[in-house]
Amino acid sequence: MENKIRLEVVTPHGPVVSEDVDELTATGSEGEFGVLAGHANLVTTLQIGILQTKKGANVEYFFINSGYAEVISDRVIILADSAERAEDINLERAMEAKKRAEERLKQENIDFARASASLQRATTRILIASRK
Amino acid sequence: MPGLKEIRKRINSVKSTKQITKAMKMVSAAKFRKAQARITELKPYAEKMEQVLAGLAGSVGTGHPLLEVRPIKQVEILTLTGDRGLCGAFNTNVMKAAVKTIKELQAQGYSVSVSSIGKKGFDLFKRREISLRKSWTGLSGKINYATAQEIAKDLTENFIKGTFDELILVYNEFKSAVVQRVRTSQLLPMAPIKGEEKAADTVDIIFEPNQQAIFESLVPKNVEIQIFRALLDSQAAEEAARMTAMENATKAANDMIARLTLKYNKARQESITKELMDIVGGVEALKQ
Repeated sequence: MENKIRLEVVTPHGPVVSEDVDELTATGSEGEFGVLAGHANLVTTLQIGILQTKKGANVEYFFINSGYAEVISDRVIILADSAERAEDINLERAMEAKKRAEERLKQENIDFARASASLQRATTRILIASRK
Repeated sequence: MPGLKEIRKRINSVKSTKQITKAMKMVSAAKFRKAQARITELKPYAEKMEQVLAGLAGSVGTGHPLLEVRPIKQVEILTLTGDRGLCGAFNTNVMKAAVKTIKELQAQGYSVSVSSIGKKGFDLFKRREISLRKSWTGLSGKINYATAQEIAKDLTENFIKGTFDELILVYNEFKSAVVQRVRTSQLLPMAPIKGEEKAADTVDIIFEPNQQAIFESLVPKNVEIQIFRALLDSQAAEEAARMTAMENATKAANDMIARLTLKYNKARQESITKELMDIVGGVEALKQ
């Protein structure tokens, strides 16, 4: 197909997405990046963040829990620890997780990296779920 | 000779046991299929990750703390068992293999520490009075990638810190629904990653932040994947083992019911004959 990119999101719990899209935006470790057909080959690590895909007028959001992405000749492969479609996100659970993480961050003697990562996961999930 | 009533009671009790084993078998069958499906789901991810790592290893070399082979002083054995019993020799097989490996290593002069995943392993080590460096329990049915990540994190951190120089995993490998095999495999240091020479098309790829950093962030994932795979394998094997064990128990119950029914009928016949003889005897006595 002309001007389409093949997007595949694979997680240890199975593939989440496998479809052709017009455009996508993902959160790399060096910042957000967009991909259109004909993008230069790129390999990067991903942060906890949002993956946005555009297919015609149809825009979809995904939650990506850190991983790896490669863009090679109009094929995008994302290897993520976990990934969720916006409609699969459990907003209530994310809210609770956010509260828990915030409380943990206030305490001392904690695994700071872990707590802040779970806070970031929760806030990103909330952001995606409320955007819908 | 037990009385009729006792035999009937036993038949009923065996029958209800049979119902339980039959139900457990069906539950295990369902869980087994689920576990098997998850192994299949992991495959594309694991394969892709391997490819990516091989590609990167080819261009940036293979230096990483998790790959570093150090002179061995301390070896850690990690056993992977289930949380529940009633699955044949599933858990004891792991224990036997683990204890054997520990003895062999100690005979070679290494000091050995042990950690375990699964409630059964924890119990069995306690009974043998072997102390555990770390144990994870209560994972049955709740295994997901995050669990594997947590375990991998502890292990890789301790490996890098030098708590141990080699990590050996003992677990049940899932072969098929009827075959499980205990496997002993070295997790850390990781087996060297074979680099793939792909110089031609790596030239015009942009790497963010850079190849070395990407490689370093992906190597620990390989450990996570291996642990996750072992967890899933062990779970599938456990349910398969339980299925077989319950199948056998159901069969044994059937045999026992058949035997007891025969005995019951014989006893019943005997008592009828006895009664008849009494009546006939009585009639004969009256005649005289």
